[in-house]
Amino acid sequence: MSCKRVYGMATRDAYGKMLVELGRENPAIVALDADLSKSTKSVLFAKEFKDRFFNMGIAEANMVSTAAGLASCGKIPFASSFASFLMCKTFDQLRMSVANPHLNVKLVGSHGGISIGEDGASQMAIEDIALACSLPGFIVLVPADEFSTMALVRQAAEHAGPVYIRTGRPKAPVIYQQGSDIKIGTANIVREGIDVTVIANGLMVQEAVEAACVCSERGIDVRVIDMHTVKPIDINIIVQSAQTTGAIVTAEEHLLSGGLGSAVAQVVSEHCPVPMGFVGLNDTYAESGTPDELFRKYGLTAEHIVRKIEEVMKRK
Amino acid sequence: MDIDKLTETAKTIRRDIIKMTTEVNSGHPGGSLSATDIITVLYFKAMRHDPQNPSWPDRDRFILSKGHAAPALYSALAHSGYFPKEQLLTLRKFGSPLQGHPEMGKLQGVEASTGSLGQGLSIASGIALAGKIDNKDYHTYVMIGDGESEEGQIWEAAMSSAYYRLDNLTAFIDYNSIQLDGWVKDVMELEPIVDKWKGFGWHVIEIDGHNFTQIIKAIDEAKAAKGKPTVVVARTIKGKGVSFMENNVEFHGMAATREQMEAALKELG
Repeated sequence: MSCKRVYGMATRDAYGKMLVELGRENPAIVALDADLSKSTKSVLFAKEFKDRFFNMGIAEANMVSTAAGLASCGKIPFASSFASFLMCKTFDQLRMSVANPHLNVKLVGSHGGISIGEDGASQMAIEDIALACSLPGFIVLVPADEFSTMALVRQAAEHAGPVYIRTGRPKAPVIYQQGSDIKIGTANIVREGIDVTVIANGLMVQEAVEAACVCSERGIDVRVIDMHTVKPIDINIIVQSAQTTGAIVTAEEHLLSGGLGSAVAQVVSEHCPVPMGFVGLNDTYAESGTPDELFRKYGLTAEHIVRKIEEVMKRK
Repeated sequence: MDIDKLTETAKTIRRDIIKMTTEVNSGHPGGSLSATDIITVLYFKAMRHDPQNPSWPDRDRFILSKGHAAPALYSALAHSGYFPKEQLLTLRKFGSPLQGHPEMGKLQGVEASTGSLGQGLSIASGIALAGKIDNKDYHTYVMIGDGESEEGQIWEAAMSSAYYRLDNLTAFIDYNSIQLDGWVKDVMELEPIVDKWKGFGWHVIEIDGHNFTQIIKAIDEAKAAKGKPTVVVARTIKGKGVSFMENNVEFHGMAATREQMEAALKELG
């Protein structure tokens, strides 16, 4: 973690790498994809474990229910596709085939958010976290970098129950290092501060760190938290941050409805009301462009977080 | 179990269906009655299963994809010994494990949560795939409705099951020709159903779904067919066994009144 970003692997690459590692350790792990394995990176698993990989073709609904059947026989299926198709096209299959019987299925949606860039709105998942969080019993993970992705994917495989993991297309700035302590359900404080807390996940963690660096020059001491686990959310750290810093800004590459901001606000309003601000997509789809252009237009840069911090500070 | 015993058991299940749905004044008797004979053969003749050990890894599985026929499944499970028969009359009641549509984890013997149509064939396909991975010799059966076959996911699963050569998978289509809004042919024509499944690469068998000899023979043939999954297109009668319910769309999702129940039970003998 630093004010100047250092790029590492894309989180989807880290997923593919870890899936292979897990496959070597545990023969119960199988993988499915819907004709996007080269993009989601499950192709790495497919190459090494030909008889434990199932390409289901462009048929996501069937893939999810098939994964449920596999899980009911003791397999640990990882089903991947683009986050938009995996969550939006199969919501009822997730609901009844997977969530209702609480089966041990892992869903990995790559190309989360608008940072996929040029492909445009049809391929951008901006509602996947809201959908995943609404499924009873699901764990919902949005890792920020390669190290946290690998740690969280490993723990997802060890957890008995459904998990949704969002990965991203572009190279992700490095936040952690090999061996960093990252646990499902426990948020990480990536920068200490006392005036205000920014709670972010995914690519927004680096944006938040850079926002904190700018604020520091302006005399505002910002705590930055990586809330990689949106569900179950780390209530303790939210309450503690609200109490000690007195204001909270959330930042996510997702619609403002139903994602990280909503989840944090629910905790804050119930346990420790303080002024809050929200950075995310405001009731709109994005469009084609470079990730940088899109982050600027749709309000997801460090600069937008700084503005939100300053606005929230006035309400303290 | 011989055919006389199967006939008796099916009659008992039909009586249960009528009593259970009337008791709670809701449910789907028509499609339960049409499914009864096939379900009877599966649980009391064809399937390798052990009610004392419901999670036995080598058991044959049955997925009721048309989950609204739950009363037929529940009765078969109870008479097999998965749970006490007395529980049947708690169907759809608060606190009962006999949910309106089957839910895995709530009731022993239920292999999937169904009721949202279209998903059961995919789930069964995943179970069959797991059997192939592990070289197990269990067989997976699934029953889908004719109306349910309008769901796109059925055809996704038809494709993938054939592609993965799941000859350990047998699907029954309970072709009773009636869905909630009316005759299937008037809502959304399915014909030519046999050609469709053949085109998707399945072994297709057509039978009278109320003829025990044909049902048994179809299962034997399905298990013998190698390299492809089998679909049994079973022509059935909605409401089978109760004259005033037969081919009567009203009894798709409506229970008999107390008076009608008495008449139905008398007919069933």
